[in-house]
Amino acid sequence: MTAKRLYNENDIRSALNEMAQSLVARVSVPKSQWVLVGIHRRGVPLAGRLAAALDERGFSSLPVGSLDITFYRDDAGASPLDPVVQDTNLPFDVAGKTVILVDDVLFSGRTIRCALDELMDFGRPARVLLAVLVDRGHRELPIQADVVGKTIPTQRDERVDVHLSEMDGEDAVWLSPPGERKGKTR
Amino acid sequence: MTPSTSVPLLIKGGRLIDPAHNRDEVLDLVVEGGRVARLGKNVTPPAGAHVMEAAGMIVAPGLVDIHVHLREPGQEGAETIETGTRSAAAGGITSVVAMPNTQPAIDSATGIRFVLRRAAETAHIRVWPSGSITLGRAGEKLAEIGGMVKAGAVAVTDDGNSVPDAQLLRRALEYAKMFDVTVMEHSEDKSLMADGVMNEGPLATRLGHRGIPRQSESIAAGRNIALAALTGAHIHLTHISTRETVDLVRQAKKKGITVTADCTPHHFTLTEEAVVRCGTNAKMNPPLRAEEDRRAIIEGLKDGTIDCIASDHAPHSRASKEQEFSAAPFGIVGLETLLPLTVTQLIEPGHLSWIEAIRRMATNPAKVLSLPVGDLAEGSPADIVIINPVEERTVTGFSSKSQNSPFLGWTLRGFAQVVMVEGRIVLRREALRPVSAS
Amino acid sequence: MAVSAGRAERKNAMKDLLGLESLSAEQIGYILDVARPMKNLFTRSIKKVPALRGRTVALLFFEPSTRTRSSFELAAKRLSADTLSFTASTSSVTKGESLLDTAKTYEAMKVDFLVMRHAASGAPELVASAVKAHVINAGDGSHEHPTQGLLDIFTILEKKRKIEGLKVVILGDILHSRVARSNLWGLTKLGAHVTVCGPSTLIPAGLTDVFGPRVTVSTDLEEALDGADVINVLRLQRERQQGDYFPTLREYTELFGLTTDRLRQAKPDCLVLHPGPMNRGLEISSEVADGPRSQILDQVTNGIAVRMAVLHLFAGPEGLPATVPDGKQTAKAVQTTFKALS
Repeated sequence: MTAKRLYNENDIRSALNEMAQSLVARVSVPKSQWVLVGIHRRGVPLAGRLAAALDERGFSSLPVGSLDITFYRDDAGASPLDPVVQDTNLPFDVAGKTVILVDDVLFSGRTIRCALDELMDFGRPARVLLAVLVDRGHRELPIQADVVGKTIPTQRDERVDVHLSEMDGEDAVWLSPPGERKGKTR
Repeated sequence: MTPSTSVPLLIKGGRLIDPAHNRDEVLDLVVEGGRVARLGKNVTPPAGAHVMEAAGMIVAPGLVDIHVHLREPGQEGAETIETGTRSAAAGGITSVVAMPNTQPAIDSATGIRFVLRRAAETAHIRVWPSGSITLGRAGEKLAEIGGMVKAGAVAVTDDGNSVPDAQLLRRALEYAKMFDVTVMEHSEDKSLMADGVMNEGPLATRLGHRGIPRQSESIAAGRNIALAALTGAHIHLTHISTRETVDLVRQAKKKGITVTADCTPHHFTLTEEAVVRCGTNAKMNPPLRAEEDRRAIIEGLKDGTIDCIASDHAPHSRASKEQEFSAAPFGIVGLETLLPLTVTQLIEPGHLSWIEAIRRMATNPAKVLSLPVGDLAEGSPADIVIINPVEERTVTGFSSKSQNSPFLGWTLRGFAQVVMVEGRIVLRREALRPVSAS
Repeated sequence: MAVSAGRAERKNAMKDLLGLESLSAEQIGYILDVARPMKNLFTRSIKKVPALRGRTVALLFFEPSTRTRSSFELAAKRLSADTLSFTASTSSVTKGESLLDTAKTYEAMKVDFLVMRHAASGAPELVASAVKAHVINAGDGSHEHPTQGLLDIFTILEKKRKIEGLKVVILGDILHSRVARSNLWGLTKLGAHVTVCGPSTLIPAGLTDVFGPRVTVSTDLEEALDGADVINVLRLQRERQQGDYFPTLREYTELFGLTTDRLRQAKPDCLVLHPGPMNRGLEISSEVADGPRSQILDQVTNGIAVRMAVLHLFAGPEGLPATVPDGKQTAKAVQTTFKALS
């Protein structure tokens, strides 16, 4: 069995548009209250693209921040760190805001828990929504996304890799059997 | 000592090496009444004799180690006369000179008599006591050297310390000469040594340890040689460790100054690099030096500048060595590695022949301190070591009470198989059990 | 006693931080790279992250040092670790307990880290060989003070955005200084040229044999400062005068004190570092210490970030990895992330 490309550039673009549409439908507060926060690494460019998609729907120039959850992980030392610890950069006050957390793949839910913990240390948002490009199931915590681009049924030990042109040179979603990994340069 | 048997023993077919008589040939040797009774080829066993087949073995005078710390009295936790001499026997040594830096120091006839009495009660081999040069080894007032010699001291030394005052050492040399006793000097300039804990140089700089410059030894050695020249007395420089000191001794001997010297197996085997690997088990004074010093020591042994090999056996408890490097005491155990290190490091690489090696481990040490041992002539005391020159063993521990050695885990050759003192067997490995000749 | 070798850079993951000698340039880069986001935490109102929640850091200070202990304590607390303090004066050391017994006692309390300051060179290595906890050397005798070396390098990187090719002067008592040795290892591994300067009596033997051709020795301060990008002034222990390393403090200051006048020899943007505590008017003048080049207070802030990074990276059961996952990118990241700082 080899890796399969499930989605391409167009699929990702339309998924993001649907996600933007769905957010507009679900969030009633004025746009001045919206902020987007991408989770490192691939949540950050996705948050940017989602902001662009929202821009086309009249929500122009939404503030976009980023979260690096390394220091909030609950498994410090148990697995290797991401070699490059990125900065958390929230160039706005989250208190009272509607925060849209953005990540590429929702799996166990642990990353989102860490992101929520970190976010709360910056202030008390009015509401937090979760938007993910892919939900692949196998949750370990009671965490669900509010907005999902694609739902992919998977085996627990399979891999789902989202590639984004900003960092991977292509837009694609890959499903790989255990132990394999598709198309990565890193 | 185990009781002597009156049964004669024939040691048959061994390679007999007796440097005192420049002998190195396959000869049979008969031990009877605690003495070497007969040497010869194809000797017929005397009536009722036991026979020990020694073909392929080296038969040599028992080794004489003139620098040993037996720690009794005062530090019996680290070693006693009983355990130290057991360790010596395991190393093929039949005579040790006990250093006087015990607690209290051996600085009186009473102290000498104490060591002799304890040795008579407990020792496995011969113990020759030495006394300190100055009272309490404090370097201030002469101890009663005459009284100590009469009681049985074979040397005087403040070992662990140098006699700091040149005038005092001059008097000691002049005074000791009167009793024909050798002054043994630990050559060290304390002011240069300061708070040093290892050889001065790049490695000490890297490890952040205070250095001991080589000149702290050579300055004192130069002074000691000059005072031997001044007084005409014999001075023995113990555990010399640097190229400079070897050169000084070589020149002094050329000039006819009565100076002799010994070195330790660790100084011809290891360099300061061992500190990185072995930590406090490579901490001793004088410290391990650089490779050029190690080579100079070997050169000194080869050309006769260095007369003797001595262990500077310095047992310390595990607790005292399991400390910060600067806090741990100086010294390592060495009685059981002296012979195999000499075989593996000096004989096998061709630096010394067997006869020259035995000369430096038995003949010369006895001669330097005028001890009536160290040869295998007919009529000599039967202090004998039988060595298997090829048997290989890994060092895993010692008979000593202490185990502080950088050589644990080393694989060496040339271990003692049988050791006897005055005909009494004090060490015997199974392979060489004597059998009845009948 | 198992005492590990130091010369060859280790290929295995590293349980303990004993010195910068045993770290590769890549590992140093990794630590500094994690220290930078740690420092950014300080701008938040909640400066604490849960990274080491439930871990325990024992601070074993056999030699008094308020500032290093406070820095490690704060670093541990900002990572949500619990801390436990031990100072020799109030301890069992005065009752004659051995170093290993003290360390094993703390080990039995199931602490995860032993942060250790000791007057004897090599003491942390001795402890590290006997305990499973991670040992972080907070300064041992005249040997190393690795986190000080790291924070000095971090401070330089922040301002100069590179280390390679810089001329760094280390001024003062090199002989007794663990700060000097850690700086020498770290800076030379990262490609700096280091000039050590001080009275010849306080320069240890064989320095260039140890640290290689990137290190030069000078006893002339003006010559040493010529073209310098960084000058790291060491604290002078006043009691050295008793050892006759130099005749008087007055003469020391005259020959080796860093003043505004002398600083003119260095490059105009030369940074001045000092590990503290300072003897103002002795090794450094107040004008320099408080002047625009002085990084001294930044060093204090950076010290916490660097110590957080160290605790975080050594926290795993294996400790610091021998090679950073995807190391090339990281080494590059060190350069680029610091470039992005301006």
